[in-house]
Amino acid sequence: MAVVRFTLNGKLLAVEVAPAMPLLWVLRDTLGITGTKFGCGMGLCGACTVHIDGLPQRSCVTPISDVAGKTVTTIEGLSPDRSHPVQRAWIEEDVPQCGYCQSGQIMSAAALLAKTPNPTDADIDTAMRNNICRCGAYEQIRRAIHRAAQLRCAGGAR
Amino acid sequence: MNPALNRRTFLRTGVRAAGGLLLGFHLPERGLSADMPAANKLNAFVLVGNDDAVTLFIHKAEMGQGTVTSLSMLLAEELECDWQKIRTEFPGVHSAYGGVQCVGGSQSVRSCYYSLREAGAAAREMLLQAAAQKWGVARTACRAENGCVINTATGAQLTYGNLAEDAAKLRAPIDVPVKSFSEFKIVGKPMRRLDTPGKVDGSIVFGIDVRLPHMLHAVVQRCPVFGGTVGRLDDAKAQATPGVKKIVNISSGVAVIAVSTWAAMEGRRNLAIEWNEGEVAAFSTPDITRAFATAMKTHDPVPGLPLMGIDRWLADTAKRLDAVVYQVPYLAHAPMEPLNCTAWVKADAAEVWASTQVQSSAREIAARKSGLPLEKVQIHTQYLGGSFGRRGAVDYIGEAVEVAKSVGVPVKLTWSREDDMQHDTYRPASYCRCISGLDADGWPAAWKVTLAGTRFSDSDAATEGFNLYTGAKFSGYTYLHRNVDPGIPVGCWRSRGYSQNTFFAECYLDEMAYAGGKDPMELRRRLVAYNPRLRNALELAAEKAEWGKPLPAGRGRGVSLVNNVGSYTVQIAEVAVENGKLKVHRVICVVDCGAVINPAGVVQQIRSGIAYGLSALKGGITIKNGRVEQSNFHDYEVIRIDEMPTIDVHIMPSTDPPGGIGEASTPGIAPAVCNAIFAATGKRIRQLPIRAEDLA
Repeated sequence: MAVVRFTLNGKLLAVEVAPAMPLLWVLRDTLGITGTKFGCGMGLCGACTVHIDGLPQRSCVTPISDVAGKTVTTIEGLSPDRSHPVQRAWIEEDVPQCGYCQSGQIMSAAALLAKTPNPTDADIDTAMRNNICRCGAYEQIRRAIHRAAQLRCAGGAR
Repeated sequence: MNPALNRRTFLRTGVRAAGGLLLGFHLPERGLSADMPAANKLNAFVLVGNDDAVTLFIHKAEMGQGTVTSLSMLLAEELECDWQKIRTEFPGVHSAYGGVQCVGGSQSVRSCYYSLREAGAAAREMLLQAAAQKWGVARTACRAENGCVINTATGAQLTYGNLAEDAAKLRAPIDVPVKSFSEFKIVGKPMRRLDTPGKVDGSIVFGIDVRLPHMLHAVVQRCPVFGGTVGRLDDAKAQATPGVKKIVNISSGVAVIAVSTWAAMEGRRNLAIEWNEGEVAAFSTPDITRAFATAMKTHDPVPGLPLMGIDRWLADTAKRLDAVVYQVPYLAHAPMEPLNCTAWVKADAAEVWASTQVQSSAREIAARKSGLPLEKVQIHTQYLGGSFGRRGAVDYIGEAVEVAKSVGVPVKLTWSREDDMQHDTYRPASYCRCISGLDADGWPAAWKVTLAGTRFSDSDAATEGFNLYTGAKFSGYTYLHRNVDPGIPVGCWRSRGYSQNTFFAECYLDEMAYAGGKDPMELRRRLVAYNPRLRNALELAAEKAEWGKPLPAGRGRGVSLVNNVGSYTVQIAEVAVENGKLKVHRVICVVDCGAVINPAGVVQQIRSGIAYGLSALKGGITIKNGRVEQSNFHDYEVIRIDEMPTIDVHIMPSTDPPGGIGEASTPGIAPAVCNAIFAATGKRIRQLPIRAEDLA
């Protein structure tokens, strides 16, 4: 067991867990923050995507020891009120079906827009192809990302 | 006192006391109605709060197909409530919701189209009656609108919240007339999903998100060979794994119970088990294929005997086509939320929190595994992170109850993705042989279809999909199924037998068309002339896809027809093969699903079904020595965003009773694409998944 300190959704906290325990399970089982989803456990499906120091990472293959001193943002921390442009676009395009993969999709999309404010379809393909949606909401996801880019432009970058 | 209510109150207090850290401590039922007086419940589906909030109880599970929204629309249409003030809850299993509570076969809207409107109308009538009594006027002097009752003489208004308590005391009216199609205000309009907000901020609770006080976590090690059992178990190392609490034998394997899912998985890694693998270990995919091929022969004409039935008709045709064989593999469902279930078995009662398609069956298995009477088992239905048929089986629920029974505290059982991929109830691998003959003009005259695979669900499931052409003009047409069961568990996979059989039927139809020098569209026009709904859908699809208009070199169009779940779909795919790689550019889908409840939901489901069907062109489950060879998304291929075609959905206007939609578009995409590949390249795909060499 080790004490790991990191910033989660703007708050500094400490957890005492096995250093090898993946961030995903620390979030879900230790801290009870369940918006980040378990999908494959191998970094293959993207359901567990969070931001670590601003970059999209697969929390299911990230040992908690790797986030010591870092800043982690989960879907719960993206905005307090679903006001992040990606969330607004997701609502306007009514993207989710079962919705299980959507936390990961949204975190990947938010990271894409932070780096590439006006992504092309090819940019979207590259950034999003490792986020699997079995409901196949891909067309809606693509449209929502373009819409989020517009919202982001109109409302000032975020 | 209601014990569930007590616990809820306790939980809430507990969360506050724990401070900010445990913010995500999800209540299993985020009890909206529980906080309101039961006196405000108008019937099993409607509760109106004193604050005017309307709670609709959705007795069908939500797995992405949109039931929460479409069923709410049916209720709200007659209730005349304020759509903005609606919230929904899953009430669990109750006799008020009929004999069997389940979702499947794209049945939810079809089965509730009348009953939910009647429930909404009955509740509205009670509110009107209560207002009439309050004002001392006749019921006919009152009108319901947008969550209020209006006194038509004075213009006075009372909100539903002011009337609910009085209304709930009234006797529920029977035979309240419901609106006709032309009077609908909500039904038939595109509505946004009610569950979207909670799905974009991580707050919606799926089964896997349930958390309870003192809850432990479990995983199960199952025999990698289907039907195998535990031989010798050495669990010393697993017991010593940090966080592991207990190891128990259950009927499907060995369960590791721990303080977290991860600790349970780590403990499982440390189990040493020798398995009694059983007889399925003798089978690998080539053996199964050979068994299918052998089974076909039982339907061959017997040498030396005169030809009978279809074989006679075939012999009489002007031109015989050689037999060809189509094949599809086992397929996993792979919903994004891995299977899971939380169970709490106490001395005299049990509670189960599960994402399940079959709430009633979940309760039955929980009763059986806990040894408790049915009425002592409570099912708390949760949102499903996809299902596609998988959560129509209750194996994982039975496992969770067995595990929970051994510890006395709540236990959440979680399957890993590998567990999911290797212990599914697969779409059955199937083998199809077609023989046909054409008449002197080149039109198909006789067609013999012989199928082999493992029978599943009801007796029709194995052959459905071929029934589309029973009304067409053939001199002879027969489809037969041979059951071959190598011991691989099979079950319903989005659209059941239609999924594979439509691929066989619609592709072979194209083979017959080309053999007779006919356009595939012309042949279908002729074959479905008997069915105006299908014919109209076909014409619209041909128009929208500009069938017959030349395409750039290397591109091709393919068409397919389906009549399943009470709906008709026509798909036309436009594809190209570039550098040996398939690119599906565009799909036109025309659907006639009768009266539409939520057009936005129909479009969403048509697209979703096509995406799901496209994955069947890429992925497959193969067996080696009784084990599944694939384990996760690296070796079980599914469609990604960069492979998704543009899909144009056209809905035929209709006032016929609603058809189903969740499975309507899945079967048609594989044949539409494979027929388009033939049109583009001359290569006939008869086996899925499509391999690189098939396109080279």
